[in-house]
Amino acid sequence: MYAFLWRHLPGPVFLKVLIAAALLALIVVLLFGWVFPWVEPLMPFSGNTVSQ
Amino acid sequence: MWAERARLATRAVGEILITLGVTLFLFCAYQLFYTNVVADNAMRSEVSDLRKQWAAQSPLPRTAAGTAPKTLGPFNSADSLGHPGAAFAILHIPRLGNTPIPVVEGTNLDLLSRGVGHYKDSAMPGRVGNFAIAGHRKTHGEPFRYLDAMRAGDLIVVETADTWYTYRADRDPFIVDPTDLAVVAPVPDHPGRKPTRALITLTTCNPWWASTERMIVTGTLLGQQPRAKGEPPALTVNAPKFQ
Repeated sequence: MYAFLWRHLPGPVFLKVLIAAALLALIVVLLFGWVFPWVEPLMPFSGNTVSQ
Repeated sequence: MWAERARLATRAVGEILITLGVTLFLFCAYQLFYTNVVADNAMRSEVSDLRKQWAAQSPLPRTAAGTAPKTLGPFNSADSLGHPGAAFAILHIPRLGNTPIPVVEGTNLDLLSRGVGHYKDSAMPGRVGNFAIAGHRKTHGEPFRYLDAMRAGDLIVVETADTWYTYRADRDPFIVDPTDLAVVAPVPDHPGRKPTRALITLTTCNPWWASTERMIVTGTLLGQQPRAKGEPPALTVNAPKFQ
């Protein structure tokens, strides 16, 4: 999978590294900004209130 | 050829598993670290906004000699009329280190990442009835992380637009079921009964990380003093700290 992605990144090695790093950063931002906040309420960690 | 395919497939599965592992690790980092950083900032800015707002509607009228000071209602700032989501009070618990914690109106999870949440139907601070608030034990600033360290007799201070209210914990923290609504009733354990005392109830999850129970701290109003008189003794004396 990663070998396949690496082969398909354009340009010389330094550009590939740069693009890969940017993609990775983008994924982390998406995870922290949207995916994790969405998953969080589904986890049994944070019931602080009494309710029915 | 077949062997080559099997090798590639195995490698792809391995890479996917590694990716999942890294993602789970990131989720832990998010829960343990990131949510606290975000919530701590949010709480600090809620507290400073609230203080600015209170300062703007004060100074409590400096009266010419003889005239009674104009009394401000306790919640007469624009945001403290019970609009969902607005911070309207600041909680101080000497035992937990006295960090000012904003109290926001409502208890859904979004709100609890900006402070502790006031159960909407419960009494307002200082009023007869039960001033009930919920807070995170873990993640999102974890204001009630060490709530288990509270002891009977510990003081809980609530700061509002014009008054400091001091409550005293009636007993050590105790555990109830998550569905035990009676703890936040106006008269705890007796839903429907008419309240005669001003109480405070703090709820949080128990144990850490698993929300199978709720930890409860209850207290009774001990005294109150106008903001203009400065901080109440509960905050200025050397209170026992959690360590």
